[in-house]
Amino acid sequence: MDTDFAVVELTVNGIGHRVGVEPRRLLVDVLREDLGLTGTNVGCGQGVCGSCTVLVDGASARSCLMLAVQAHGADVVTVEGMATAAGVHPVQQAFLDAQAQQCGFCTPGFLATTVELLDRNAKPSEAEIRAALAGNTCRCTGYQHIVDAVVRASEAAS
Amino acid sequence: MKPAPFRYQRTTTVDETVAALAGGRARVLAGGQSLVAELCARTTSAEVLVDIAGVTELDHVAVDADVVRIGALRRIAALEDDAELAAALPALVECAGRIAHPAVRNRGTIGGNVAHADPASAVPPVLLAHDGEVVLTGPGGARVLAADAFFTGLRTTACGPDELVTELRFRRPGPRGGAAFHEVSRRARGWGLAGACAVVELDEGGRIAELRIGLLGLAPTAVRAERAEGAAVGRAPEAEAIAALAADAVADLDDIPGDVHASPALRRSLGRVAVRRALAEAVRRAEGS
Repeated sequence: MDTDFAVVELTVNGIGHRVGVEPRRLLVDVLREDLGLTGTNVGCGQGVCGSCTVLVDGASARSCLMLAVQAHGADVVTVEGMATAAGVHPVQQAFLDAQAQQCGFCTPGFLATTVELLDRNAKPSEAEIRAALAGNTCRCTGYQHIVDAVVRASEAAS
Repeated sequence: MKPAPFRYQRTTTVDETVAALAGGRARVLAGGQSLVAELCARTTSAEVLVDIAGVTELDHVAVDADVVRIGALRRIAALEDDAELAAALPALVECAGRIAHPAVRNRGTIGGNVAHADPASAVPPVLLAHDGEVVLTGPGGARVLAADAFFTGLRTTACGPDELVTELRFRRPGPRGGAAFHEVSRRARGWGLAGACAVVELDEGGRIAELRIGLLGLAPTAVRAERAEGAAVGRAPEAEAIAALAADAVADLDDIPGDVHASPALRRSLGRVAVRRALAEAVRRAEGS
């Protein structure tokens, strides 16, 4: 049966949620508006800039190109879920150390993309890093510091 | 902007999906990497979205001696990482790695790429060049359509409103065959302005026995370069001949898209380059195989 109202059960940053949504609502809007997790930013809203990138079941996804109903049963990690009691995530630390953010708007998306990259490839080459990050846009720093940060993160993990 | 309201249904089998599509008022949601963006931009709408992400029977890859069958729901990222597929269909795996960016490839599906039939979609020319077939399942059961008959125009295909793309079939290059994909973008990666997939079969003397070329970005939908394919037969695949065939491949195109990214003339020129590089690489692989 089709429906104009759906209950979505999903885990966000380790916490289970049950939210009622219209099917047309986007995952990013549910994260930001219903769950109050405003660390995930909406840049272009059409899947081009990458700032809304989050991890869905460990794989990066544009949360502006995903309906909340498509995340039913999923395990979502946003920037708010990266740090632990021990401190910020090693990738976040590398971004801090390399001064890889300026205004910070794009940073949560870059972090999610980087976490996935290093999960799949612990020692990426610079070309692989640039290819992986090509779908994320930064309008402040230029990309060199961001690439440096990913290299630092990969070295810190080894 | 946000999508206009629609109703939503999740399905878990092909039969259930076909039943949900009956009447033609519903649309299929797979990865949603094009459809959700268009719904948000309100350049398209849907009365009902049928979400097929749970139809696991459509998430398969079967590599046989002559043909590779891929379920419509196979994610692009899964194609990229498939070593067996890379050996059987190197051009498809090359094209998969060039579709958008990792986050999009994680969710986008091969069936969606083909069914969406954007002129810049990367899988359609690969399917055409591999003498491909599209399996469509509707109320009357499944039918198999040649890829040549599937792409009918700008974002238009032979898939009926009550049908679902369920499988894609690619003919593998033969024992003296080779295939390659090449695309030109404004940056090293990103939306393709023009591109080509070439599949070549050589005869025992090393001459071209058969050539198939699929083009992207050079017509309202993916097309074959039939004049160049015909002119290639019997020729030795040397650099000069490859350059001439590449020029042939784009010479007849009379409806090349033009936009702010590239004029029709630039796309024609880039298309020639893409064909030349794809064909040269396909020949190199055929000679090495």
